[in-house]
Formats: sequence, structure tokens, C-alpha cells
Amino acid sequence: MNLRAARSLVSASGLPAPTPWDSSPPARISRSGRYLLPLALLLLLVSIAAAVSVGSADLPVDSVLRAVASHVGVPVHPLPALPDSIVWDLRLPRVLLAALVGAGLAVCGAVLQALTRNPLADPFLLGVSSGASTGAVAVLVLGVQIGAGPVDLTTGAFVGSMAAFGAVLLLAGRRAGEPTRIVLAGVAVSQLFSAVTSLIVISDAHTQDTRSVTFWLLGSLTAASWPSVALSAVVVGVGLLVCWASATALDVFAFGTDTARSLGFSPGRTRLLLFTVTALMAAALVAASGAIGFVGLTVPHAVRFLFGSRHRTLLPTCAVIGAIFLTWADTVARTVFSPQELPVGVLTALLGVPVFALVMRRRTGTP
Amino acid sequence: MIGSDTARREMGGSGRATGGDPYPAETVPAWLHADGVGWGVAGVRILAGVALTAEPGATVGLLGPNGSGKSSLLRLLAGLARPNSGRVLLDDVALDAIPRRALARRIAVVTQQVATDVEMSALEVVLLGRTPYRPRLAGVGAADLDLARRALAEAGLAGFEQRRWSSLSGGERQRVDLARALVQEPDLLLLDEPTNHLDIRHQLELLRFLAGSASTVVVTLHDLNLAAQYCDRLVLLDGGRVVTAGTPVEVLTTSRIEQVYHVRTDVDIAADGRPRIWYRGRAT
Repeated sequence: MNLRAARSLVSASGLPAPTPWDSSPPARISRSGRYLLPLALLLLLVSIAAAVSVGSADLPVDSVLRAVASHVGVPVHPLPALPDSIVWDLRLPRVLLAALVGAGLAVCGAVLQALTRNPLADPFLLGVSSGASTGAVAVLVLGVQIGAGPVDLTTGAFVGSMAAFGAVLLLAGRRAGEPTRIVLAGVAVSQLFSAVTSLIVISDAHTQDTRSVTFWLLGSLTAASWPSVALSAVVVGVGLLVCWASATALDVFAFGTDTARSLGFSPGRTRLLLFTVTALMAAALVAASGAIGFVGLTVPHAVRFLFGSRHRTLLPTCAVIGAIFLTWADTVARTVFSPQELPVGVLTALLGVPVFALVMRRRTGTP
Repeated sequence: MIGSDTARREMGGSGRATGGDPYPAETVPAWLHADGVGWGVAGVRILAGVALTAEPGATVGLLGPNGSGKSSLLRLLAGLARPNSGRVLLDDVALDAIPRRALARRIAVVTQQVATDVEMSALEVVLLGRTPYRPRLAGVGAADLDLARRALAEAGLAGFEQRRWSSLSGGERQRVDLARALVQEPDLLLLDEPTNHLDIRHQLELLRFLAGSASTVVVTLHDLNLAAQYCDRLVLLDGGRVVTAGTPVEVLTTSRIEQVYHVRTDVDIAADGRPRIWYRGRAT
């Protein structure tokens, strides 16, 4: 039965067919929305190529493409050794890591905002970033060792994140699937780990160490390498898939636990799974690049505002837009004060706050 | 309205199924039975020894003053919470023996409004009601869309498909919720005060629809006259216990209403055999 038939049925049963009282904008740009994701992906590829070509030594985009092609086995005339090394060993891993971190953080933010029904939720909600800083500081300042050898910053940060998330789960207890409980536990644990970090820094402060920790904490992609790119790719890929498989559950959670249950979901179990997946993602990304703020908070709001909140499209779109955003943010961060480098976290905050304010102002009609 | 007696007659007497309908009438009204049901939170007892039966296809009204346990009972009947004592049976099977997804194909619930802030269209919200029928990763099919459009029309919201949820009024959201419950094609439809944001016309339409619905319906209500007019049976709760249950004429008597609500009334029996309640003021 089509719409007209349905309407005439309503009139036939003695009711006047109601009319909508205004023509407010459609909730979703359904037709053009279909081309959005491929278009955004194309934009991402262009952004990556452009970002690699920009830097203290400017390389034309075709040289970049040639360098990449020669490395992946396409028979092209290779670049000279120095520019080739700049593209393949320095810039490409860094740009790719930026894209992956941006994608992962945006997805984490979108999922956590839906799970907690809290617009202020971000990937570091559950103590992940403060745990990472404690781990990093412990390694840098105290020279903590695990097993035989010394631990690098990345491993220390990851272990710290996991310790913090473990503490959050312990504190939240048996009902960790309840958003309020786990968020409160996250706040408490974040404070605790921040205190421990300060304690370590004060107890054994070498200015140089403190400076490098601060720089790292603000977020920086200088440490990018092919292994960190590969690891982040796996983490972001798997994480995105798991979250995307729960897209409908995330849609339904907006209507409350009872509605989710009555539609056949198990909210407690699903939430716990997704809290864990996002914590793992955020921990791996923070270990690779520090706690880059505002990407995970702002990008989901902007994407939701523009393209609606159905998570089936929201999550992949967030991933691509987050990737584009951080790719450009890092490019600006490493070039604008060249040869000095700005921590990218400073830049994302500078760009993120106005976007956030704009979205907040434009949001309509809700109490 | 589809599913109501009126609509059925107008559609050729064949129930919901008409030419090319991808969803033949799947509603097999459920038999609902609860006995000895008790429930409480944090040591406070909210329901005790509640018994209730809804015959297949019947419309049962739950009445009672604020805090009498109507909403809690409805949650137990929906399987949203598990009773501390007693049991709830759906066609002779205990609710907790039915997997959640299977249950979602048989029981639909319209809860009291949860304020939400979602950027979804009315149609998308209604389509959520089809999730118990869809494979986890599958997209929305044409048949689902068609069903959702019809459900919106049934709820009096034809033409609202693309309206944003955030731009809907309380009453419109409530009717979108109803449409979402309808596309679940429930055998048992449970509604918690579904009339509380509706204007009088939509209240009457909703209750007429529920009374004619093929599903078994249990609905909590505050308006005694609406309950008297449209429900087959009524259950009157007070302090977490069933005071009385039966037909409207049996339940809604002057003395019972005074006992439970502390309000003086006159009750007439109208030409249709249903009681009419006239309020005379507070009992002293």
C-alpha cells in the first residue's frame, strides 16, 4: 500500500488526514547522502596526497604518487633517494597515522556519546588518557621496567590506559553497563591517575622530562612509524567494524533502556562490550600519538548535525571526516611555525572549539 | 485504521492482508496471565501478590492512583524487569524462558516519554520497531519501509515521515512511539499512560484503535471514563495490590472509587451498558 492509499484509509475510517504543520528541513539528506561517503573518501585520499607533498621540502603531488607507486611494486621510475625517503619514511607514515588517529577518535567519541547519552562524552571519558599519562611519566621519569628491558613511552602509555580502564570497571562493579555508574567511575579514576602523575613529576622533576611529557600529552604525531601505522590500522579497522555491527543498538539506546530491551537488545551487555572496545581503541591511539583532544568531541557533533544520527551512516562518516580533519590539523601544526612544531592537540582545540560552538548554536528545537 | 474492525470491513473483511501485502496478518493475540507477582526496589515493596489475566484480543485497563504500581506492573508484564515472586505467562510460557529477540516480536511496549535528543526522522524512529525481525547487519528493506509508512498513517501521522524527532511535539512523539510499537506486529501491546500528552480527539482515536486492535492490549490509564468506555476489563490497583478486577461495571462503583481515590462520585450506567462517572468532589 502506498502513502496515498494509507492516507485515504485514514479518511475512510472517519478521520481527516492530518497535515504536517510546517515544512521543516528533512531529517536526512537521503538522496545526496548516498554519495556522501564515497565523496568524503575521495576527499580523504586527496588530502593525504596533498598533506604528504607539503612540508619544509615541498614535493609535487606527482612525485609523491611516484614514490608510493614504486614502493608498492608498480613499475615506475623511482624518485632519488632523499625525496623518496622523505615521502616514504617520514611524511607518509605520519600522515597516515594522523588519518587513522582522527578516524578512531571520532568513532570512539560518537559511540561514547550515544552510549552515555551525554553530548560531552569524548574518547578519554573512561580514564584512558590520564592512565596513559601516568604510564608515560612513569616510564620517562622513573624509568620503570617491565620484565628484562626498559619500556618505551608507547608501551608504558598503553599499559597505563589499560590499568585505568581496569580500575574503572572494578569501581563500577557488577553494573558496569549502566552509563551513569561507569561515567562516575571514569571521573574518579581520571582524577586519581592525574594525581599520581603530578606526584611522580613533582617527586623527580627534570625539566627536560617534564617538557617532553607535556608535549606528548598535548598530542603529537612526530613518533609515527610504519609499525605504529599498521597497529593503529588494525585497531581502528576492527574497532569500527564492531561498533558498526552495533549501529542499530546505538540508535535504539537514545530512547532509553526499557525501549532497547523491548526491541530485543541486551543494553547492559552491549554497552559493556562497546565501552571496552572504545577504551581499547582510545588506549592504542593515545599510546601512538598522545591524547589529541576535541577530535572525538567535535567531529561526531558536526557529522550528526549535518547528516543525522543513524549510526549506520554516522560511524563510517565520522571515521572519514575525523581522518580528514586530523590530517589537515597535523599538516598545519608541522608547517605553520616551521621548523618549530606546534603540538597538534593545541591546534585541534583551536579549531574544534569554534566548530563546537557553531553546532551548539545551530541546534534547534530541543529543551 | 488498519487492524481495527472498521478498517477491516472497509478493506474487504480480510483483516490486514490486502492485495500484495508483504506482511500477512501475523498477529495471533496472546493470552497473558500473571499470578502472585511481587516486586520491589531497594527494599521498598511496590507490588505484592498481583494476579491478572488478559484473554486473547481483549483490551485490559490498569487503573489506580499515583504510586499504586501500574507502571511497575506493566514493566513486569513486558518482561523488562523480573518479578521477585510469582510469574508472568505468555500463552502458558514463562516470560523469562523466551529469548529477548523472540519476545520483541511478540510484545511491544510504549513507555512513558523519555526525553531524547536525536537527529532522526519520524520514519527512521518507526523503523527501529522492525529490528527484531531483521538480521543484525541487514539494512532496511522496501517492505519494512512500507509497513512503517502505514503505521505512521495509522497513528494519524501520514506526511510526517521526514519530520525530525526533535521538532515533534510531545503528543506527536507519543504517536510515533505507538507506530514503532505497531510495526513490531505484537501479539501483546502494552502501553503506559499513552494518553497523557494527547488532545481529546487523539485520546479518543487511540482508545478506539486499541479496543479494535487484533492484539491483546494492556494499558494504564488515569481517565476513568475513557477506561470505562473502551476497555473490556479493568484492574484497579492500590498500594501495589489488586483491589478488584472485572468488567467496567463491576470495577467502577461509587464505593470503590471513594475507597481508592478518596473522591465522591455518582456512577450511571449509560445506554451502551458502560458506566459513566460524575465527580462530586473530595471525600471527607
